[in-house]
Amino acid sequence: MVSRTVAKDIITLRGSAAIVSEFFGYAANSILYNRGVYPEESFVKVKKYGLPMLLTQDDGVKSFISNLNAQLSEWLEAGKLQRVVLVIMSKATGEVLERWNFSIETDNEVVEKGVSREKSDKEIMREIQAIMRQIASSITYLPCLDEPCVFDVLAYTDKDVAVPFTWIESDAKLIANPQMVKLHSFDTKIHKVDTLVSYKNDDEWEEQ
Amino acid sequence: MDAGSLNSSSNLKGQSRYPLQEQLLQRRNSKENLDRFIPNRSAMDFDYAHFMLTEGMEGKENPAVISPSREAYRKQLAEALNMNRTRILAFKDKPPTPVELFPHQHSSSFNPVKSAKSRRNIPQTSERTLDAPDLVDDFYLNLLDWGSSNVLAIALGNSVYLWDASNGSTSELVTIDDEIGPVTSVNWAPDGRHIAIGLNNSEVQLWDSAANRQLRTLRGCHRSRVGSLAWNNHILTTGGMDGQIINNDVRIRSHIVETYRGHQQEVCGLKWSPSGQQLASGGNDNVIHIWDRSVASSNSVTQWLHRLEDHTSAVKALAWCPFQSNLLASGGGGGDRTIKFWNAHTGSCLNSIDTGSQVCALLWNKNERELLSSHGFTQNQLTLWKYPSMVKMAELTGHTSRVLFMTQSPDGCTVATAAGDETLRFWNVFGAPEVSKPAPKANPEPFSHVNRIR
Repeated sequence: MVSRTVAKDIITLRGSAAIVSEFFGYAANSILYNRGVYPEESFVKVKKYGLPMLLTQDDGVKSFISNLNAQLSEWLEAGKLQRVVLVIMSKATGEVLERWNFSIETDNEVVEKGVSREKSDKEIMREIQAIMRQIASSITYLPCLDEPCVFDVLAYTDKDVAVPFTWIESDAKLIANPQMVKLHSFDTKIHKVDTLVSYKNDDEWEEQ
Repeated sequence: MDAGSLNSSSNLKGQSRYPLQEQLLQRRNSKENLDRFIPNRSAMDFDYAHFMLTEGMEGKENPAVISPSREAYRKQLAEALNMNRTRILAFKDKPPTPVELFPHQHSSSFNPVKSAKSRRNIPQTSERTLDAPDLVDDFYLNLLDWGSSNVLAIALGNSVYLWDASNGSTSELVTIDDEIGPVTSVNWAPDGRHIAIGLNNSEVQLWDSAANRQLRTLRGCHRSRVGSLAWNNHILTTGGMDGQIINNDVRIRSHIVETYRGHQQEVCGLKWSPSGQQLASGGNDNVIHIWDRSVASSNSVTQWLHRLEDHTSAVKALAWCPFQSNLLASGGGGGDRTIKFWNAHTGSCLNSIDTGSQVCALLWNKNERELLSSHGFTQNQLTLWKYPSMVKMAELTGHTSRVLFMTQSPDGCTVATAAGDETLRFWNVFGAPEVSKPAPKANPEPFSHVNRIR
């Protein structure tokens, strides 16, 4: 993917798509762990981005995320993916409690002409690391998820994308009157990923 | 009029002021455009306004020109109405729902594993009762043992009977003479084939149960009856009424290899630790000694590692914990009635529980963290305790006299107890056995045909 030059590395469209989908896999695992969607014991620590990242051991979740990532990679390479949203819903009521929104801006020139960009790998790692840290620290301000929850992933794509048979059209699963917190973003010079978490307004707190 | 003076002086420099052309002058500068509707047009930008009115329509596609608030509104609208060229897709196969481990009213995906284990059904009555006539009702003896070959040995009077648990058949191993009997202790060797029998006359006989023949007799170790036995590989440890504990190597001719002196009265409890490194002995002198094999003996008389004097009555019940090394549980007799836990390494007492009744025997559950104790007056019950909380999990009654002898099956599921009421009872207290015994059920007198030998 990259050739080691002095400071910057060459990033191709495919490489960038791989970085973004890999990022999404780890971010999703981190969110599931930190928000307590799955029990802590089902996660195992691995080293990634210079941080101890937690990955689920649950086979069902693992295969779900890897299938997802494969499809996201494909869409990213085609430049058709606009955003990925991880939704956390209450298991009992199905109400959306949290929405983790990863917007993706694709440099269309790269998609059309197949050129590559230059950016230091380390720089990208640093940016991703910052986002991961923010996700982990988000538990300090996000409301507690007391009830058992399930998660789902939505992909916002261009309309002209052919829907693979394993995917179905869905509604946006928005939260009414959400509180939003914008996290850091990272940029591979081909794809720019913005992270935003919106969550249900905690009624107990005074509305300002 | 004043407006004219507000204009930048550069505009007026190149112009001569004609009184009649005053108005025209002002009109040249768009900023001076005045009329009675809008007296002051200095705040207006005519160039821009003109542009917006005429070409502004096409500028909608050019995001640079649109004001930020307009842009945000457009985006919000598009998102809400899904007018963007966006498709929202979700994966068809949903991710698995997490299994709940914390208590919740919704029982749909309630994790059954944890609850099933804690609510293990412990039958309150014995699964099977066998007749055990002539069982000597003496607290200090050890007349029951279950071997690793799944054969139970019980000493009734002068005879030792073997009961095969796999088929329920009974056989007599030996009947000794009246002069040297009765049998005061039985203990299976680790191989489940050889069995040691301690006698009232201080001798110990060694038998091969498969060949049904006696191998040797150990003599000269004790001066009175041998009430307790414990095996450690090839070492048979014998405890006598004389208070002595002797390690016998059964393979060699002069079998006495070590003597432990310390007890002043009969040694009734004798147990090797699972590692085989330490021996716990309990005596009628209310003392527990812990002996360590690694302590070298100079003249074959070894000093104890610990002397535990907390009990106030005879200590016969001793049990080493299978899941925690160096943990010993001991039970005191009628005057003490407590179960105490010891750290065998340091000799400190970790816990003491008053059970309210004489503790005759103790057994640890090999599969769970539980302890079973057998008692005497008044209930003659078996109590199952949760460790380490020492919460009573079950109390099993059935015996009508103190439950003196207790042993567990090699698979760790069944416990056999014998009491002075001349019954041998089996309890599925440690869990249901996986293989159902083909033996006839609840036969109250399987010993009957053997009984008639007398």
